[in-house]
Formats: sequence, C-alpha cells, structure tokens
Amino acid sequence: MTLQIKRLASWREVPVGGAITQPGNSVNRPTGDWRVFKPIINQDKCVRCYLCWVYCPEPAIKIIDRPYKTSSGREWKMTFEVDYDYCKGCGICVEECPVKAIDFVEEVK
Amino acid sequence: MGEWVRIPLSSNYAAAYAAKDADVDVVAAYPITPQTTVVEKIAEFIANGELQAEMIHVESEHSALSACIGAASAGARVFTATSAQGLELMHELLYIASGLRLPIVMSIASRALSAPISIWGDYSDVMATRDSSWITIIASSAQEVYDSIIQAYKVAENPDVLLPVMVAYDGFLMSHTYEPVYVAKDRSTILEFVPKRKPLWNILDPDKPITVGAVGNPDWYYEFKYQQVVAIENSLNILKQVFEEFGKRFERNYSFIETYNMDGSDIAILTYGGLYGTVTEAVDIMKKRGLDVGAIKLRVFRPWPTEELIRILKNLKAVIVIDRAISFGAALEGPIAMEVLATISKKSLDTALHSYIASVGQRAVTEEDVMAMVENSIDLLKKGVSLTEKSIYWGVRQ
Amino acid sequence: MSSSPKLHYKTVFDIPKEELFAPGHGLCAGCTAGTIVKLLLKVAGPNTVIVNATGCVEVSTTTFPYTSWRVPYIHVAFENAAAVASGIEAALKVLKAKGLIDPNKRVNVIALAGDGGTADIGFQALSGTLERGHKLMYVMYDNEAYMNTGIQRSGATPQYAWTTTTPVGKVLRGKIQFKKPVAEIVAAHRIPYVATANPAHFLDMMNKFRRGLEVEGPSFIHVLQPCTTGWRFDPRLGIKIARLATETAMWINWELDYGEFKVTVPVPKRKHVKHYIRLQGRFNHLTDRDIEEIQKMVDSEVERINKVVGKEIIGPVVE
Repeated sequence: MTLQIKRLASWREVPVGGAITQPGNSVNRPTGDWRVFKPIINQDKCVRCYLCWVYCPEPAIKIIDRPYKTSSGREWKMTFEVDYDYCKGCGICVEECPVKAIDFVEEVK
Repeated sequence: MGEWVRIPLSSNYAAAYAAKDADVDVVAAYPITPQTTVVEKIAEFIANGELQAEMIHVESEHSALSACIGAASAGARVFTATSAQGLELMHELLYIASGLRLPIVMSIASRALSAPISIWGDYSDVMATRDSSWITIIASSAQEVYDSIIQAYKVAENPDVLLPVMVAYDGFLMSHTYEPVYVAKDRSTILEFVPKRKPLWNILDPDKPITVGAVGNPDWYYEFKYQQVVAIENSLNILKQVFEEFGKRFERNYSFIETYNMDGSDIAILTYGGLYGTVTEAVDIMKKRGLDVGAIKLRVFRPWPTEELIRILKNLKAVIVIDRAISFGAALEGPIAMEVLATISKKSLDTALHSYIASVGQRAVTEEDVMAMVENSIDLLKKGVSLTEKSIYWGVRQ
Repeated sequence: MSSSPKLHYKTVFDIPKEELFAPGHGLCAGCTAGTIVKLLLKVAGPNTVIVNATGCVEVSTTTFPYTSWRVPYIHVAFENAAAVASGIEAALKVLKAKGLIDPNKRVNVIALAGDGGTADIGFQALSGTLERGHKLMYVMYDNEAYMNTGIQRSGATPQYAWTTTTPVGKVLRGKIQFKKPVAEIVAAHRIPYVATANPAHFLDMMNKFRRGLEVEGPSFIHVLQPCTTGWRFDPRLGIKIARLATETAMWINWELDYGEFKVTVPVPKRKHVKHYIRLQGRFNHLTDRDIEEIQKMVDSEVERINKVVGKEIIGPVVE
C-alpha cells in the first residue's frame, strides 16, 4: 500500500473568509457510491412524463436530446437517463413513476 | 483639508455625525441605554434627508448585527451601535462578522454588564469581545469618537484587513456629555478620505455567484482562522498609515497610544477611555506638588500595539494600570493589566506592574483616587513589589 | 371568491430546465429537501440571493470547498436568516436608490430555514422581519424536528411523534404537545402572502413560490418536508408520504393572498390518517386508539377549514 499525501491549499491560497467562488462545484464530488439499489429506466415503458426528473432530490435525472423508438413503434424525441455519478439510490423515482418503468436492482460492484 | 464647523456634541451624537459623514448605506440598531441617542440622531438625519440610508428598525441587537452582516454582504457600507447587554446579545455574530471578513463599523457606549443590572459605564462589555477578531478602538473624547469612526471605515475596508471595527467610549460620562467637536461642513471632505469604492470584500452578486458562510471542516477551518490572524496583524500597519494620513489631511493626530507628561517620569498610569481625562488632571495636580507621573492612554486594544507600548514601558520603573472591567478568576483580574504584563514579559523589561480595578459600574473615580493609587504604587515599589499578586480593587467597601 | 390568479406552472412542461441546484450535495438519500430546494431555484431563477439558516440543507450543500449553489448564497447562523435577509433587501434597495447598483435589476431575496430555525430559535427574527415589511420570501422546510443535530423535538414536531428527546418509554410516549401552527401565526402578521405547500404537489408549491416572489412585501411559504431519517421511513417513500399528508388532511395546502384564503389542493375524498401514520416509524408506538384520536383532531381541523372556505373543500374520510 502506498502512502498518499494529498496537499491541501495553504491559508494564502484559500479564498478570504471561506467563500466558495466556483458556483455548483459540488458536481466534482460524486455521490453515486452511496447507492445500494440502482434505478434503471426501462426506456420502452417510459412515457416521458418528467415526474422522476421533477422529484429527484439530487438532481440526478438527465434529459437527453436523443430520440427513442419503443418496441411498439412509438417515437420519443428525448430520453431520461439516471446520472449514476450522483444517484444515491433513494428510489423516489421508482416509487413515483406512474407506469412502473423504473426497475430497482441491487447495486453490483 | 476641507471646511469644518465646531459644534457641541455628545460622544453619541459625534458617532451619529461620523456615520452620516461616512455616507453609510444601511444602519441597523436597537435601542439600549446609553447608546440610544446615536440611532435617534441617525434617524433624524435620514428623516431630514441629510443622509440617504436604509434604517432597519430591528427587534433585537442579534438581528441588528445580523442585518448588518446581510447588508455588508450585499455591498453596503453599514453602521450599528450598542451597549452592554446588546453587545452580549450580538456576541455570536461578532465572530461571524469577522469570520466572513466584513468591514462593519460599530460604536459602543460602554456599559456594565448584568447582573445586577446597571445602565452605567464600565468596560466589561468591550473586554468580553476580546477574542472576536474585531479591531477595537477606545476613544476618550467626542472628537476622537467622530474621527475614529471615519478612520474605522478606511481601515476596515482595506483589502489587507477586511475586519470589522468597534469604536468604544464611556457610557454616560462620554455618551451623554457635550464637548465641542469639529465636524466636516460638507460630507465630501470625509468621503475624499474614505471614498466609497466598489466593494473589495465578498459580495452576493448574481452575476458572480459565490457561497458565503460555508462549513469549515477540520481540513479547512484552521486556515481561515489563520487568515484572520494575518489580517489583524496587517491592520497594525494599515491603522498607522490611516492615522498618519488623517493627521496630515485634517491636522488632528492620533496613534495607538497617547502619552502625557512622560518626560522625566519613571512612573506612569495607563488607562483607557474617558478615565484618561481624570488621570491627566491628576498628573497636573501631582506635577504642581512636585511629583512627575506620566499618563498613557491605550487607544487601540485590538490589535494590541506591542511595539509602541514597549517603547514607552522600557523607560519606566513602574506602570500603574487602571482597568474598568474584571476578568473574574484570571491570573491578574484587570484585563488590560494582563496584556501589559505579557508585553513586559515579551522583552523581559524590568518595569513593575501594579494592577488596579476602579470605576466598575461607574463608581466615581476622582483625581484624588488616582493620586492615592499612585501613592499606593510608590509604597509597593518601596516594598519591592514588582507585580501586584492580585489586582487591587480600588474603592470597594470592605 | 373573486377570479383566481393565473397559475404560471400548469404542467411539468412549464418548469424551467435550468438547474441552479447542483448535485453532489450530502443530503440523505431520499431527502425531500433536495426536491424542494431544486424546484425553488427553478422558480426563482439566477437573479436570486439565498440566505440559509444553519440546518440540514446548509451543512449538506456548502461544505468547503464544495457548494451546490449556482446562485449567491449566504449562511450566517441558526436563528437569524430573516434578519440577514432583511439586511440584504435593505442594502439592495438603498444601493439602487443611490445608483451604486443597477436600479432596474430585480433580485429575489429568499430566506430558507428549517422548522427549528423558523418556529423556534428563529421566530423572533422572523416576526421582526415580517412586521418591518421587507420584500423577501421566507421558505420554511418543515421536517418536524431538529434533524441536523439528530432528530430532537422542535415546536413543529407533531403530537405523539417519537424523537430522540421525546422517546417512547414506560411513562411517556412521544411528544406531548401540539405542533405549533407556524403559518397561521405568520398570517397574523398580515403580510401579503402566506401559503403552505408540499413537494408532492409540486406545481402548487412552485406557483406559491412564484406568487411569494411576486408580491410587494414579505411572503412566507411553509413546506412540509418528509424526512426519511427522522420520520423513520424507506427513503423511496418521501414524496408518497408528502402526498398522503395532504390526502389525509394531516397537512392542508392553502394560501392567504392579500387576505383571501383558499385551499389550493382540494381533497374531495379523504383518506384515513392511518395511511399516513403507519408508514412512519416515528409513530410506531401508536395504538389504533391513539390513531383514532389523531383522526378526530384532523376531522375537527377539516371542519374548521371548511367553515372558513364556506364549502366542503375537504371531504369525508372514505378509505
């Protein structure tokens, strides 16, 4: 095992008064590894109602500009995807999905 | 140097005039004796259109300083004023104002702390803010109150400092006593000295969103506190520059420490605030009677002016420190005496230190009392007492 | 009642796509505060300053060097979000008047605090701010206890709820007192706009945020925020429980817009409170009789509200 020495900024380098000057930089701190269960959107069943996107507390539901054609031939202009970098696996999307299009499976590492 | 008018003002009114002439944008304050007439006067200025500012009539001192923190974070020049219990209620926010590095200026009509409740003057309120990282100036005349508040903005807003400043003075003995004060005839005289520039501190601006007041975990908290150590150290230089510039521009000279009759004196009395007036009167009387005793006024309490003080103390056989507050249970219960002792120790000076506590809760201290303290101190010196084992509680009934 | 104001958010398609609340925060998995804050910022937009009291949202979103906020944000202390916000509002007003900042730029000032920071320790500052009439919106996310310090009872904890300071023992079983009616006390200040909301009814909530930002003067939005950790439920159930709160009338979504009272989410067919209560571990100790007692309290509250509205806006229990 190698010893890792992480050098943190000195008092001269940190912003005065503890301000954080990069808005929204928590994106650099993914929370996907919190997950125990993993939501998987079944694109075939998904009716693009936006509810998962609305309720997700992270937010970790992405709206992707990618058309999708279901097996029954229905064409969607866009796709919802779970952002697994941030999804903590709470399951709110699974619970709230009105057409049960989100599966909730055990996270396998 | 601009035009000045000489008008009779109490120290409270002098504080209000200074806030007006510094063109403050937001004032948030809550009434408390003996501070109240400061904000009454500012309210008058606003009502008469002499000052364009928002006055926030908060429901407590806690909210007063909170609102000031908010307003300063939005980029305003802010002012507040308080006393005693009000300052205590603000206590939590004192540390936040300095920790967020906001250049807030506050005047304090110093007053004793409860219990028992006392509306009268002493410095227990100011001394209790010792470690809050506020620059602390203690004035001893209404003119000095006015001038110090003007200077305070210039120091506080300096990017090498960015710390709040409090300007304290005696409750009642100064806050309600009228003295002739020179005030600027036109605000521009003052604003040329403390111009309102684009804020150089952390501002809540939607065009450049920042997060203020973040959580400082063990990996980070210490560095932010060390920044404050450096900032208040920097303020020594900035204060010096500001005093010099002020003196040059307005011909009223200030420093960290003021002295009186030091030539030929090997004993001096060190005190602060309005009591310095009584001490210099006593010095005059003693001089007439053939005894040369010096007087030292500590004007800047934070940052502690170590070098200036050493320069004076090193020539003294003894220094008599008169405190108007008690640090209960401390090694030496006069809070300033303790700091003077540390200063003496720093350079291993031979100066004896005799600590007296007086005028607590505004118990009267006259020139006679001061002279008696000197007599007492000379006696101690003869007995070889280089340090009073405990502070001497002058005038308490046994 | 006069014509109702036009609702801005009618469907999900009206919701802005822009995310001003960034992921990577440390709120618990399934924390509905994330949902509330995210949607709040969508309504408020980028010209917004957030003043956040100490609490779950604050510690979870602003741990240096990371922030989840893409709008200016300040946290000062626990009990003073309203006072800090009032200072910001006053400053912006005077700086505009003095021409020191753009006088035409409208900036929303929003105070955000939990139930402890609002109903208890922050109540004085809130009341003062409301009385002074600052133009700002105060959003209270109500998880009904001090969750950030580990589930201690607050003035907003409902009766009978278990918390770590109202434990279920042999003699005492949960909180003895009633929940403080915070929004009603705020309404007594006669400010332009007061509303209660619930993230399950997100369009209703967002329209209330919008209205709150629109009125001239203070507004107060009291939002129920189911807490997976403190209420002891499966993280996936947060929104469902929020919805059940309204469906059982344990929580009534209303607004008071310049004195005009309206229940914005009518409940024609009400569910029994047991549906809400039995999903939450904090009520595990309650017997059926206890729950019937709660049902009676809710019934009388529904009766009172219906009387105020002048019709049966909330119907009888049907399931």
